[in-house]
Amino acid sequence: MNTTETFRLAFKAILANKTRSFLTMLGIMIGVLSVILLTSLVSGLKTSITSQIAGLGSNLIYVIPGKIGGGRGPGGTQVDKLTVRNSTALKLGLGNQASVCPAVQKVSNIYYFNKSSKEATVIGVEANYPDIIQSVKISQGRFFNNSESQAGQKVVVIGQTVLKNLFPDGSALNREIKVDNLKYKVIGVLEARGSIFGADQDNTVVIPLVSAQRQFGITNLTTIFIDAKTPENVDNIKKKVGEILAKSLSTDDFSVVDQAQTLSTINQITGVLTLGLGGIAAISLLVGGIGIMNIMLVSVTERTREIGLRKALGARPKDIRNQFLIEAITLSGLGGLMGIILGILSSWAINPIIQTTITWWAIVLSFAFSMFVGVIFGVAPALRASRLNPIESLRYE
Amino acid sequence: MPLVKLTQVNKIYKNSSGLEFQALKNINLTINKGEFLAITGPSGSGKSTLMNILGLLDSPSSGSYELDGSDVSKLGENDLATIRNRKIGFVFQSFNLLPRTSALDNVSLPLIYAGVTEKDRLSRAKQSLEIVGLADKLGSTPSQLSGGQQQRVAIARALVTNPELILADEPTGNLDTKNSEEIMKIFHSLHKNKKTIILITHELDVAKNAPRIIHVKDGTVLN
Repeated sequence: MNTTETFRLAFKAILANKTRSFLTMLGIMIGVLSVILLTSLVSGLKTSITSQIAGLGSNLIYVIPGKIGGGRGPGGTQVDKLTVRNSTALKLGLGNQASVCPAVQKVSNIYYFNKSSKEATVIGVEANYPDIIQSVKISQGRFFNNSESQAGQKVVVIGQTVLKNLFPDGSALNREIKVDNLKYKVIGVLEARGSIFGADQDNTVVIPLVSAQRQFGITNLTTIFIDAKTPENVDNIKKKVGEILAKSLSTDDFSVVDQAQTLSTINQITGVLTLGLGGIAAISLLVGGIGIMNIMLVSVTERTREIGLRKALGARPKDIRNQFLIEAITLSGLGGLMGIILGILSSWAINPIIQTTITWWAIVLSFAFSMFVGVIFGVAPALRASRLNPIESLRYE
Repeated sequence: MPLVKLTQVNKIYKNSSGLEFQALKNINLTINKGEFLAITGPSGSGKSTLMNILGLLDSPSSGSYELDGSDVSKLGENDLATIRNRKIGFVFQSFNLLPRTSALDNVSLPLIYAGVTEKDRLSRAKQSLEIVGLADKLGSTPSQLSGGQQQRVAIARALVTNPELILADEPTGNLDTKNSEEIMKIFHSLHKNKKTIILITHELDVAKNAPRIIHVKDGTVLN
């Protein structure tokens, strides 16, 4: 019996029990669907983070307090040793090879009369901040200049979310808003930057570093941004930054990170997420395979007489084995196809809410895995069928 | 010319506790081409075992079986399936048609395993159904046919491969007198067309249709 005939037989058997076949396929379908959906969510996340990080500029170097990968990581103890003294040393040491912008970050509430923008990020920086961070762009008004920055004037540039919350009519320039209890004059509005890891990057206000240090009573820095000007300079500048800072700080007190490192960290995180979530989804494929085996065993028992008859009429054991094996593979293959279609449709459907990127390898891999599951779980019932004794099978009631 | 030649055939079954039961004892039987033969005997006599061995569904424990000039008693499962497909047509007591499958598809079933193309299968199945007088029922499924018609479909299926030997196991056992006569008429006309037919039955009336009758009792052939 040739393969075409075997496939035709398989389809006929599947159509003869439509509901049962559909329910059996459902297991595989959900498995493939979840593999595709989860991996597309993770790679969507990766794409959006990567593009946001790339948007910061590829020449960017960060100095952050604490040692990455060391015993005292960021958020651990004694990560407050980075101060304006260090950023000044960097400015002097690097000269015009690079521009340096020290920064602090705090979370505060912003008010304008009875309106508020809760838990906004207050960023205190110097005037060269928009030149260093490429994705920081002004849509209305202007950024603060050097003299405003050095004098620690009470001026503020607000993000889109703050604008929306405090000034629904869109006109914010020259109004006075409150950061906690201190008044600041709005001189500019930033362009939208979107969100990262679900955190709104537009619920933010930017004020001069000196003003922020006064307001919050802090001397340490959250970050020092350094623009290496050209990508070729990044390694060289990083080295110099390390040398300069090592003069006054222990190497455990700071880390120098560039964009390539950040991206590779993101890749590692999303890689682990993909494996973890994909693995969980793959388990549901396995469960679907057990469903197929169960139904195929039932089918072999139900069709014992048919198997006996086919054998009497000249079917060889391998003809019977192939018939049931191909039936199992067809079930899992159809389930896999439906899962792919549903997976693509559902990741398209949620794309407007959460960015998803469908990866072709996930489709190929999950389909191949579902076929594999069909073969693995189809073999036992098919062998059982092929070994049935024709005389006993013909008598089976 | 002999089509079937059994020499000293024994069949011994062993049950799970190791007890042996000899179903056939030293059977010697020769059936010539074109013969119409009835094998009869009470239940438990061994006639079903004999039929299974003649139909290559079972192998003898000892002795030899020559079918159409070649020894088939030592063949493996795959070869037996191929010979069953080419040389033997079965008719069963309970018809054994595939449910929800048209008469035409049921009849063409053995040809699938013979590797015949679909076009040839359907035309040969149609011819076969014409022989048994069901040319107007090609598309009917078993549930739409009477018992007699179902058995005629089964006979058409047995004929479709143009086998050397037709083995009918109690073919009228599930049918009323009128339908039984119809079926016997078909066997008589097949016999006229030089087909070799072996009819297994416990009813002497049915057996009497055949020119040669063999009685089996306690695993031996009585002459």
